Amino acid sequence: MLPALLVMALGAVLLGAALGFAAVKFRVEGDPLTEKIDAILPQTQCGQCGYPGCKPYATAIAKGEAEINQCPPGGDEGIRKLADLLGREYKPLSAEHGVEKPKALAVIDEQRCIGCTLCIQACPVDAIVGAAKQMHTVIAAQCTGCELCVPPCPVDCIAMVPIAEDISNWKWKYPVVAIRPVATR
Amino acid sequence: MRLFNFNGGVKPEPHKKNAAGLPIAVLPAPSFLVIPLHQSIGGTPRPLVNAGDFVLKGQRIGAGDFSTAGEMSSAVHASTSGQVVAVEERCMPHPSGLSALCVIIKPDGRDQWIARQPFDYRHHSPSDTRAYLRDAGIVGLGGAVFPTHLKISSGKHSALDTLIINGAECEPFITCDDRLMRERADAVLRGIGILRELLNAKQVLIGIEDNKPEALAAMTAAVQSSNQNGMAVVAVPTRYPAGGAKQLIRVLTGIEVPHGKRATDYGVQCFNVGTAYAVYEAVALGQPLISRIVTVAGNVAAPRNYEVLIGTPMKDVMAHSQPLDDTDRLIMGGPMMGVTMPGNEVPVVKATNCILVGSPKLFPPPPPEMPCIRCGECAKACPANLQPFELYWFSRAKIFGKAQEYHLFDCIECGCCAYVCPSNIPLVDYYRFAKSEIWAHEREKESADEARERYEFRQLREAREQQEKAARLAAKTAASRAAALAHVAESHPATNANQSAAEVSESASAATAPDQAAAPTPAELIAAALARARVQATEAKNTTAPTAAQQAEIDAIEARRAEIRAQAQPHLPPDD
Ligand code: SF4
Ligand code: SF4
Ligand code: SF4
Ligand code: SF4
Repeated sequence: MLPALLVMALGAVLLGAALGFAAVKFRVEGDPLTEKIDAILPQTQCGQCGYPGCKPYATAIAKGEAEINQCPPGGDEGIRKLADLLGREYKPLSAEHGVEKPKALAVIDEQRCIGCTLCIQACPVDAIVGAAKQMHTVIAAQCTGCELCVPPCPVDCIAMVPIAEDISNWKWKYPVVAIRPVATR
Repeated sequence: MRLFNFNGGVKPEPHKKNAAGLPIAVLPAPSFLVIPLHQSIGGTPRPLVNAGDFVLKGQRIGAGDFSTAGEMSSAVHASTSGQVVAVEERCMPHPSGLSALCVIIKPDGRDQWIARQPFDYRHHSPSDTRAYLRDAGIVGLGGAVFPTHLKISSGKHSALDTLIINGAECEPFITCDDRLMRERADAVLRGIGILRELLNAKQVLIGIEDNKPEALAAMTAAVQSSNQNGMAVVAVPTRYPAGGAKQLIRVLTGIEVPHGKRATDYGVQCFNVGTAYAVYEAVALGQPLISRIVTVAGNVAAPRNYEVLIGTPMKDVMAHSQPLDDTDRLIMGGPMMGVTMPGNEVPVVKATNCILVGSPKLFPPPPPEMPCIRCGECAKACPANLQPFELYWFSRAKIFGKAQEYHLFDCIECGCCAYVCPSNIPLVDYYRFAKSEIWAHEREKESADEARERYEFRQLREAREQQEKAARLAAKTAASRAAALAHVAESHPATNANQSAAEVSESASAATAPDQAAAPTPAELIAAALARARVQATEAKNTTAPTAAQQAEIDAIEARRAEIRAQAQPHLPPDD
């Protein structure tokens, strides 16, 4: 009986020491969890989650301060991925933070732009070019569709236009199984 | 010569007899040509012509944009002389049925060529030769339309062991390469000779399926009369897909190109016979790629091969073969790999090797899909050595990561697995779905990464600006304080420090106050702008009717631009 207990105790001590050593020796710098969460977030930087960008939201999730269902652009798929990563329960998108929409791009009506630069200051990814009293325009390839530039515009000349499907972004559809009437004899 | 074997494959009914028996008929220009600008990978070329322009046969009408993926995309040309009636979106020969930019030409009937000059590749650098082939619009004519100039980028420096010329043409119904080799073997061979020199290849193997004895005989005779060493015509056993690049390489050389490697890593490169012919026409005759041989077969009274101008609507080509009454669809390509066209108005493009006319009788709707019974037939038939049932399972369940682990992207969509599946599962449809989903995810990921970078950079910049502003402010107050102190010290040498400090703040506020009064506040500025905008909104004019001052500014900028352009001119690629 006693030798068995001793062996078990010794094993526990040794394993504990090994684990403690590994924890010190192989500690990872930075916060890899935040990075991993940030990699899943869509980087729209729209702030609908209640944080001033995707990174702050990722940090909040990592700290356990935020739910995983607050990012509308990430949508259902994003929530599922976060749930997978964090081992948390899946939840539908919280309605108070918004709804999932197809991705759109901001388009400035160049005829009406007064060159106030307010939209430039609002854009989180510097996707608008222009200068004071000069007409502004959106670099389509860089616009994330966050809509943050829309409210500041004093003359309401920014519209969100959904991205149209063309040959380069067209996708094969999920094969549908045609339902056919059963042959009756 | 010892031949090797590739795994799997199937032997569908060939259906080649009728069309292969007749010589190639050269079709006249249709009433309108619809030439899509995007015909091969590497970005859409930008149009070089406008509506109303007159173009000559062989004139370049679209070229790659050199600022983006320019050197990738191959040029497109007017297939005949005539007038450009429009540059507009038209329905593409693509399963989506979506439109893309096309140049519409009304032929003038004169069929007048540009000045054609042979290209002396022996006296040009490899990069010049590549640029020439790109500008001549040469792409792979086997169906994949990969730009040819990108495949010879190894240049003259690194020697190639084996140049493989693909004349296997394994897919049922299609006979365009067969006819080409029978009728124009010498020209094909000269094209092969040019490719061989460009690639510096030690040996050339021309692989032709053994069900084409006439083509084999014609090519063998041409090789013999050309006196080329190390060039052989090889009859390969007829088995679909012997014409797949990897499969033909395997059969002829025994080399199995593994996952993630390319044939060139093993000193092998593969070109289609049609491509060799196009290279001959471009280099020896100075003719860009403006036509190709197209098989019309299937549900037609007179199946045949035609030499068709690129841009000819498919219905015009089809009409020559008299489609039967019960025709219900057009397929571009063969029955195994072809895709159904959205309509019969779509034009023939460089990828169109066959217009397969379908009817419910010829291609009856498939029996209902049943569950996979894991019989493994598909794995036995797969020439790419994949496990199609696993790919199917993961694609169907949308577990794309797993599908990729099972090498989904090694699937050549040959359709062998679906052909043998006893459960009638349209396997390839699932793979196409999964592939395009994965591509879309990758595009999203790329743009998300870019957005993250730009967002972080902006945060950084804002922090820096704030710091700089604070520093500037601190420097300014320090300077004004010093100046005030000096001033105070001059006028009241006896007053103490406490007093002077009070005066400094007083004088400082006095100094800034008039400034503030003079400059309008931001709120006022915005109000003024709003008022201006209200006027503007009624008569939109920023771009349509600039004021004289704005116009002068624009002119000045344009003049500066012109100057810069003139300065840059000598350094630009010759194309511009
Ligand atoms: S809602 Fe989503 S996309 Fe928008 S900032 Fe928050 S995490 Fe980013
Ligand atoms: S342009 Fe507007 S919608 Fe687009 S990223 Fe900038 S702020 Fe967002
Ligand atoms: S052949 Fe069809 S039923 Fe058999 S394993 Fe493959 S997918 Fe399943
Ligand atoms: S379609 Fe793909 S999975 Fe099916 S047999 Fe061909 S290569 Fe294999």
